[in-house]
Amino acid sequence: MTTRLASGGRLIDRSTAHEFTFNGKRMGGFAGDTLAAALLANDQMLVGRSFKYHRPRGVVAAGPEEPNALVNLGAGARLEPNQRATTTELFEGLEAGSQNHWPSLDFDIGILNNYAAKLLPAGFYYKTFIHPRAFWKHVFEPIVRQSAGLGKAPKDRDADRYEQAYAFADVLVVGGGIAGLQAALVAGQSGARVMLLEQTAHWGGRAPVDGVTVDGQSADEWVKNAVQALERMENVTLRLRCCGAGVYDHGYVLADERVADHTPGDGRPKHRLWRIRAGRIITATGAIERPLSFAGNDIPGVMLAAAVRDYVVNFAISPGDRTVVVTNNDDAYRTAIALHQAGLVVPVIVDARAQANGALPMQARALGIRVETGKAIAKVKGGKRVTGVALCAQAGEGAVLEEVACEAVAMSGGWSPVVHLWSHCGGKLTWDAANAHFRPDATRPPTTDDGSAMVIAAGAANGALLAGDCLADGHAAGLAAVGQAGAAAPEAIAADESPMAPVWIMPQGAAPALKAKMWLDYQNDVKVSDVQLAAREGYESVEHTKRYTTLGMATDQGKLSNINGLAVLAGALNTDIPQVGTTTFRPPYTPVTLGALAGEARGEIFQPLRKTPMHGWHEAQGAYFEPVGLWRRPYCFARAGESHAQAVEREVTNTRNALGLLDASTLGKIVVKGPDAGKFLDMLYTGVMSNLAVGKCRYGLMCSESGFLMDDGVVARIDANTFLVHTTTGGADRIHAHMEDWLQCEWWDWQVYTANVTEQYAQVAVVGPNARKLLEKLGGMDVSKDALPFMTWADGTLGGFRARVYRISFSGELSYEVAIPASEGLAFWQTCVAAGAEFGVMPYGTEALHVLRAEKGFIMIGDETDGTVIPQDLNLGWAISKKKADYLGKRGQERAFLASPDRWTLVGLETLDGSVIPDGAYAVTEGTNANGQRNTEGRVTSTYYSPTLKRGIAMGLVRHGASRMGETVEFPKVGGGSVKAKIVDQVFYDKDGARQNV
Amino acid sequence: MLTLECPYCGVKAEETELTPGYEAHLKRFGPGSSDDDFESYMFARKNPKGVHFERWRHAYGCGKWFLAARCTVTLEVFGTYPAQLGEPPADIIAKITAKRPGWEGYK
Repeated sequence: MTTRLASGGRLIDRSTAHEFTFNGKRMGGFAGDTLAAALLANDQMLVGRSFKYHRPRGVVAAGPEEPNALVNLGAGARLEPNQRATTTELFEGLEAGSQNHWPSLDFDIGILNNYAAKLLPAGFYYKTFIHPRAFWKHVFEPIVRQSAGLGKAPKDRDADRYEQAYAFADVLVVGGGIAGLQAALVAGQSGARVMLLEQTAHWGGRAPVDGVTVDGQSADEWVKNAVQALERMENVTLRLRCCGAGVYDHGYVLADERVADHTPGDGRPKHRLWRIRAGRIITATGAIERPLSFAGNDIPGVMLAAAVRDYVVNFAISPGDRTVVVTNNDDAYRTAIALHQAGLVVPVIVDARAQANGALPMQARALGIRVETGKAIAKVKGGKRVTGVALCAQAGEGAVLEEVACEAVAMSGGWSPVVHLWSHCGGKLTWDAANAHFRPDATRPPTTDDGSAMVIAAGAANGALLAGDCLADGHAAGLAAVGQAGAAAPEAIAADESPMAPVWIMPQGAAPALKAKMWLDYQNDVKVSDVQLAAREGYESVEHTKRYTTLGMATDQGKLSNINGLAVLAGALNTDIPQVGTTTFRPPYTPVTLGALAGEARGEIFQPLRKTPMHGWHEAQGAYFEPVGLWRRPYCFARAGESHAQAVEREVTNTRNALGLLDASTLGKIVVKGPDAGKFLDMLYTGVMSNLAVGKCRYGLMCSESGFLMDDGVVARIDANTFLVHTTTGGADRIHAHMEDWLQCEWWDWQVYTANVTEQYAQVAVVGPNARKLLEKLGGMDVSKDALPFMTWADGTLGGFRARVYRISFSGELSYEVAIPASEGLAFWQTCVAAGAEFGVMPYGTEALHVLRAEKGFIMIGDETDGTVIPQDLNLGWAISKKKADYLGKRGQERAFLASPDRWTLVGLETLDGSVIPDGAYAVTEGTNANGQRNTEGRVTSTYYSPTLKRGIAMGLVRHGASRMGETVEFPKVGGGSVKAKIVDQVFYDKDGARQNV
Repeated sequence: MLTLECPYCGVKAEETELTPGYEAHLKRFGPGSSDDDFESYMFARKNPKGVHFERWRHAYGCGKWFLAARCTVTLEVFGTYPAQLGEPPADIIAKITAKRPGWEGYK
């Protein structure tokens, strides 16, 4: 049994009890417990099932490296899968459930996989699910999907909110153990801006658990004083529960602060994602203990030695009456001594080394603990719980010497520095043979913008495992980070340790049957035998072996399994570990929930919305909006009982017959000004703009340098030095940037200024046979045919509003586009609506706009163009100057394939049966291509029902289109059948323009 | 995320304030140029593993285009300078040559 000891527990508050549930069962714990500690206090060692074989799994670790104790935390809108019980703080009413089992944790049918393990070797999926081909979709995939995955994704919308914060620091210290605290103290004393992050809820790291003394004080006392000293410094920011998740270019760091995970629903944000820009980053992230690979090392009750020590010292948890310690180093003896001091029994310490005569082994022996050197665990006995171990000689093949009954096994294979943050941005590692681990290579650090070291590793994270070295290293890192030499470091004292001995397989000559029960990766069920099989099958690269076996690919990302797996692979390949190398360390260090990454950007404020001055009026009218870039434009103004299609039809018909109003405020408006403005626009547009008379408007096309059509619109000449360029709604920012690019980088000596004034004006298109009547009723300026002919503009007033009126038309009707200062846009719109009532005024939306322009054969950027179309394809040769020596795109358009007579060109398409061709349909012709698909000879670019012509109309690009008038082409439909259409002129309505020239 | 100092406004700008503009010091080839010249100008852009000269715009700052010399491997920035300069300033060239012996030059 695991139980709570009667006394002790440095982190728990026995006066505050918390009740919680696990798989619906009520349990009790104390404030300060982690969920894992509380589960162990209730004898709940079995916490989950493994991924592949569904083997029973218990708590292994006491920190973020935990591979087994993953739970579904919370319920409903607060359900979170894959939460590590070892880092989850207990709170009143916590609900947790185990994962990956069916029908229950105690009896799981998937355990059958375990007995068939021989049939499920490394690469099983790759080998098995290939043949027969057809089985994948209907047989294999559904089965794999059903059995794959650990936690279940939440279905409800997250009830919590998340926020993001920005911070700047000269020195960012990640890790609040004694090395990190000392580094922060030193850096803070220099006056630098310092930020110190600790992922747990407590400062001090391992030192207090391990009985270290610093400057004559207990580690607890020293840590308390250090934190108080830091709190008194105004230049130092301290964050607990804040994990440094990733290090990125030029000192950018993401850190995830678990603000309210332990106080759900208290109104605070659940997490705060810190986006930190740091001058220097000190990674004092500690080290992680490695498991040992012996048969049955995954049976619940087998734990890391330091984790056992943590549970005893921090939470007063007994892992069982009898704990066998198995080790290759001195540090694990601390666990035996801690257990002994807690009144528990350590039947034997199994030490793989030939000798163990350091201070700690001697102390253990003095306490009467039996120590067996040169020995190993042949296998662990037990199913859902450890019942004993069989001992053997480490040098042998596993012949059992004796069996020892026990309830727990504390194992230690040595320590691996947490090098993740060092490595994220390119820091290199070196192999430390003495400690059998990779540690940061200080000569090859990740570098920042000036080429200097961006990250300094400190303490155990730098391979300084002994407390004295660790503290001194943190001190040196703090000084290095602020570029100072300083006073001597305080002295940390802990028992001396004699060298460890690398042990990768236990016993070293273990037979295959034993190796098939030695787990490397607990979460993904990767065993020593799997890695050896991969090596035999030719997987020599560690990156390939990782993916083939899935070693280190689970949610813990191989924090425990990485080095052991590399060592086994190196052994199988008969090479050295440094030769094999490591897989890539990628952020985040521990999983960051998507909510924190999204921050406040959700729902209504997911992205900024651009609204015209009349937006509120449209909303009040019940307009149906469509997104156009970041704008929301009315698609149509449907009335009660009206479908969208009916509304569009009504809006088109009314605009053709009476009077329509369009909110055209989103249209891009860019002022181009200066002595060279005309010359500049001549380069920007395919046509000539410099000879445009003041007061006149001209339609123009803009191409990219490679020749493709990118935008169009009307240019108005305001005065000798000033033009107003209209762009498409989506194009305003892009075109303005395009202009600045050429002006600043190529023609920087031309005297031209540009300003994007899109949002300075509201623009209202007054369209239809009654348009002039409305403006004349408003009064204030002459809008007659003679005073303001087609393609001219004038400044004046309308109904008292300051107005600039452009006589331009995108509908083919008599049309005025009236620009009003944005602040008066709504008032002008409402005035038009009221005054236009007698002329039958109705607002119309973007879909009616599209239909009106399509009836007239006008192109739309984004419909007729897609980045592969040149103006010549669209019969727009008339808008391209033949006289100009140069314009952007001219050279590109001279390329052979763009000048080819075989290009698809724009035509009108009239369906024979009057129906509407489906959007995006392709015209097919004789024969098939290499993929067995029908050859194509054209495609539809715009297709609508025309309320004016009472039939389907379309435009499209068709091979040799211009010379094929009257021919019929065929467009297959999705789901069978086809539509036949006749090639006609693209202008369907009022070819002579009689309606707009009135 | 990179930080680059805008040579116009002196702000040490973060990548989110900037838009990239690919290779710097391109010579434009317009009408009348050969297919090879146009292809090389339009499509054959440099992508070195090492020191690269590139264009950036301080788009959400002063709006100015500038040029930067940056190592694509270590992300070290050797300097930024106005887009109007026809070639990199001598001090930046000197800095690169000192730090990257054997550097083949920017052309």
